[in-house]
Amino acid sequence: MDMLASLLPAGAAVHAPALIVVVPLIAAAIAALMPRGPWAWGVTLVTAIVVAVLSLVLLGQVSTGGVISYAMGGWPPPWGIELRVDMLNVPLLLLVGIVGLLCVIYALPSVADEIGPRKEALFYSAFLVCFAGLLGVTITGDAFNVFVFLEISSISTYTIIAMGAAKDRRALTASYNYLVLGTIGATFFVIGVGFLYMATGTLNMADMAVILEANGHNRVTQAAFAFIVVGLGLKAAMFPLHVWLPNAYAFAPNFVTAFLASTATKVAFYALIRFVFSVFHPDVSFVSMSFTWLFAVVGVVAMMVASVQAVFQTDARRLLAYSSVAQVGYMMLGLGMGTAAGLSAGLLHLMNHALMKGALFMALGAFALNFGVRRVKDLAGLGQTMPASAMAFTVAGLSLVGVPLTVGFTSKWYLVTAALDRGWWWAVAALMISSLLALAYVARLLAAIWMETPPSHHGEIAKRRLAPWMVLAPMGILAVANVYFFFHADPLVGLARAAADAVMGGQ
Amino acid sequence: MIEAFYDISPAWPVILGGLLAAAIPNHHVRKGLALLAPILAGFLWFNVPAGVHTGGLIELGGFVLETFRYDGLSRIWGLIFIIAAFINALYGLHEKDRVADAAGLIYAGAGLGAVFSGDLLSLFFFWELTAISSVFLIWGSRTRAAYKAGLRYLAIHVLSGVMLLAGAVVHAADTGSWAFDDSLSTETLGGMLIFLAFGIKCAFPFLHNWLQDAYPKATVTGAVVLSAFTTKLAVYALARGYAGTEILIWIGAIMTAFPVFFAVVENDLRKVLSYSLNNQLGFMVVGVGVGTELAINGAAAHAFVHIIYKALLFMSMGAVLYRVGTVKASELGGLFKTMPATAIFCIIGAASISAFPLFSGFVAKAMTLAAVAHEHHYVVWFILLFASAGVLEHSGIKIPYFAFFAHDKGHRVREAPVNMLMAMGIAALMCIYLGWPDMFGIPGGYRALYNLTPFPEVANEYPMWTFDHVVGQMQLLLAALFAFAFLVRMKWYPDEKRSVNIDFDWIYRRAADGVARWGHAMFGRLWASIGNVLGATRGRMGGRLFEAFSPMGALSRDIPSGLLAIWTSALLAIVLLIAYMAP
Repeated sequence: MDMLASLLPAGAAVHAPALIVVVPLIAAAIAALMPRGPWAWGVTLVTAIVVAVLSLVLLGQVSTGGVISYAMGGWPPPWGIELRVDMLNVPLLLLVGIVGLLCVIYALPSVADEIGPRKEALFYSAFLVCFAGLLGVTITGDAFNVFVFLEISSISTYTIIAMGAAKDRRALTASYNYLVLGTIGATFFVIGVGFLYMATGTLNMADMAVILEANGHNRVTQAAFAFIVVGLGLKAAMFPLHVWLPNAYAFAPNFVTAFLASTATKVAFYALIRFVFSVFHPDVSFVSMSFTWLFAVVGVVAMMVASVQAVFQTDARRLLAYSSVAQVGYMMLGLGMGTAAGLSAGLLHLMNHALMKGALFMALGAFALNFGVRRVKDLAGLGQTMPASAMAFTVAGLSLVGVPLTVGFTSKWYLVTAALDRGWWWAVAALMISSLLALAYVARLLAAIWMETPPSHHGEIAKRRLAPWMVLAPMGILAVANVYFFFHADPLVGLARAAADAVMGGQ
Repeated sequence: MIEAFYDISPAWPVILGGLLAAAIPNHHVRKGLALLAPILAGFLWFNVPAGVHTGGLIELGGFVLETFRYDGLSRIWGLIFIIAAFINALYGLHEKDRVADAAGLIYAGAGLGAVFSGDLLSLFFFWELTAISSVFLIWGSRTRAAYKAGLRYLAIHVLSGVMLLAGAVVHAADTGSWAFDDSLSTETLGGMLIFLAFGIKCAFPFLHNWLQDAYPKATVTGAVVLSAFTTKLAVYALARGYAGTEILIWIGAIMTAFPVFFAVVENDLRKVLSYSLNNQLGFMVVGVGVGTELAINGAAAHAFVHIIYKALLFMSMGAVLYRVGTVKASELGGLFKTMPATAIFCIIGAASISAFPLFSGFVAKAMTLAAVAHEHHYVVWFILLFASAGVLEHSGIKIPYFAFFAHDKGHRVREAPVNMLMAMGIAALMCIYLGWPDMFGIPGGYRALYNLTPFPEVANEYPMWTFDHVVGQMQLLLAALFAFAFLVRMKWYPDEKRSVNIDFDWIYRRAADGVARWGHAMFGRLWASIGNVLGATRGRMGGRLFEAFSPMGALSRDIPSGLLAIWTSALLAIVLLIAYMAP
């Protein structure tokens, strides 16, 4: 950890919290000026590398020196904007940074295929804005600032989803739907923050928590709680507010889907945890009641309903999108247990899910890149025509089911243990049933890939065609990570535990 | 003894061999691996010091998995699994199928792993691995029917695994222990779930159909491999966790009796063997249910010899299938002229399974029967006696008779390939050796078997070769032989004796046959419909779900954003309500 902390010279390391947001924002402007797509990609790649390094540095600093509080522009909190890094958000920064870097490597061939050459630079620019927004939401310690960054990331997300229109015009309606709903969510959130500001007179989250604890709660803070939970829940695709997600994931460019699926909903989920656990306190009666009666319930319902929806989908990406909604249900269930064990299991599943879905969507992107396939039945025989991508897809798919020897098993295991500690038998049963449903939909995909014969043209079977290495490498890394972190579970489990302890105070 | 290897379960070389075989395109290398892996496993087995040994501990996320528990019970099962893996490899030497080679090895290794598992989690892992790897042996036939049967097989075995895991979790929550030992009981919920999981794999009555469904559809070697591991693993698991559970005696008794009827009327000889497998399992389950030291010895010894002679019978039928292309009783006959060695091996296997004195079945079955009588379960004892006669009827006589003798159907095929003959020869020799009595002061081969049993001192005290044992068994066998000869004669010359025997003939040919067939058809339908519900989306239930959840369905359609805005408000109202209602 010391080694990580000293990766950068001390002068730069001090400003790491600011740089991690500012660098992508500035790079976005530079990328927009690039005359050619690949140059813009180069800018993006450099930015992503810098962000990944910065996130590692921050991990080193936090784990050796404790919480980092960075006063933006030298204005000390609670008056100025505070950037705050602790054990809860550092895993998210790492996730966004490293998975983001892998996605960017993957982007070049995929984006060149799907976005018109004249729009590529603008596309990368919008992506960088979104990247900065997500990092900003994660790192900021200011409630209003969360809203600002949330909107920055959302508006750019609408743009890059809509750019899938080059392949499928339905991307436009998907993006528009998301825009309407995302705006509703953001509005709810900002109303909630407004109520909190009324009640406490501050926007700094740590400060709010102190004042709320001293003054106690009233109807205003309860209303604030409701608005914030619904607003962030919508962004995190909490059931039944997930309706924007399947179409957005299904019609966005493949790179965007891979990136959003493994980062965007996760960041919103983080913000939800931050508000529910840090600003409000889990011991407050209405918060703890909402755990059992809201989060656990919608979590379980999502695990069931969205999984059944996934079973019957015909479009492969839509299938996985519904599966994502179900996986958010797992995380909500972990949160709803209201114990440190449950929260850490939910966070572990959050990280593991990013590994699985990243690899799965990348593999689907590779299939689309080589053969233009999107529907489940068109996946037929890809085990023979694209063996490497199909292998990565299979490993990540098994992980999604929760087969032993993959990380999916680890996080489900921790969820089951946490549910048992709580005495929630029904939750264990729900986890089992949902895993069987996951088996059903993953088996559909795998059966098409491995069991069926490749399509033939004039009696000639389609030839083997490997994906470019820039696609294979990040996909392979994520697939291997799915197995590696089963055998070396300690790093991720340790991060999740530390994160839960940071907000629960070791309860 | 090399101490460095004490921690390595014999399962690992076999599983590793299977994984390597999956990657190696050259079939000579694969076959070498398949023969070498069981030898390495055997070495590891012999290497462990006598007595109880616990090793191979793996720490995983706060759990300690115990992968190598070596004691009296796992010892004998481990050894026979290793022997079976070797014989199977030899038998399948001529096949050039990468999937089957890899699946066979992984399956055998998983079986070994499960036998040596000391805790429920490792057991679950290997339990599922046996299911997943073995299904490829069924699919190996590459026919539509085999594919569907394989899917049904997989569904029921994955269900068994899920029940095992659920039971283990419940059990651990109740007792705080993941140990796989006799702390399990059918009184608790967790124990009951695990019991049912074992019951599925053990082919308890009404849970048994996967066996007769899948095994006859497997490949020539596949059926031999399958017959060795899955069900015997289940018997082991029952003996480990549920020895002395009263209900097992009755379950086992039913298992011995009912397959007799089906086996007698069945035409597919490999299916006959599948039914007789069920019947044999019944004897072991009864032994486990009685639970005394003598009875456990009986079950263990029976499992040991059973794996060998059942494999021998499946191998001989496999050889027939390989050469002739069918194992339908109605289309075979007279094969002894051109396949004499196979015929002799088949007869040795048949004599063993029928428990003729001097063959291995005799020494094992007698022990179980004695244990049952000793505990005064006389009704069960009579059922077992009846079942023993039934075994002779359908496995001892029907199989060799219809395949190799009966009416000559004019098949003039070559003798089985030499590797098959070698595998059958080894198995046949073991059948004779393990049944050999003490003679002229030289201890017989059965002593070796008795010394392997979990309680060797009890086994060695048991007087095997007494006058009444031998004579009693011979009486039973001769009576059954006579009955068979009588019936065959009735069937062959109906015109002469019809007036005398019409009732019996009708009962035998019509009523019993009709009832058995009806029952069989009903089971078959039930089974198929379970498969349909699980597998197809077109079933009624599936159709409804499909209508609701498919992209066109009401629950997955694109929803106008206005509607969603209303939902958002509704959820807000719910959260507000929760907040207001909070105390």
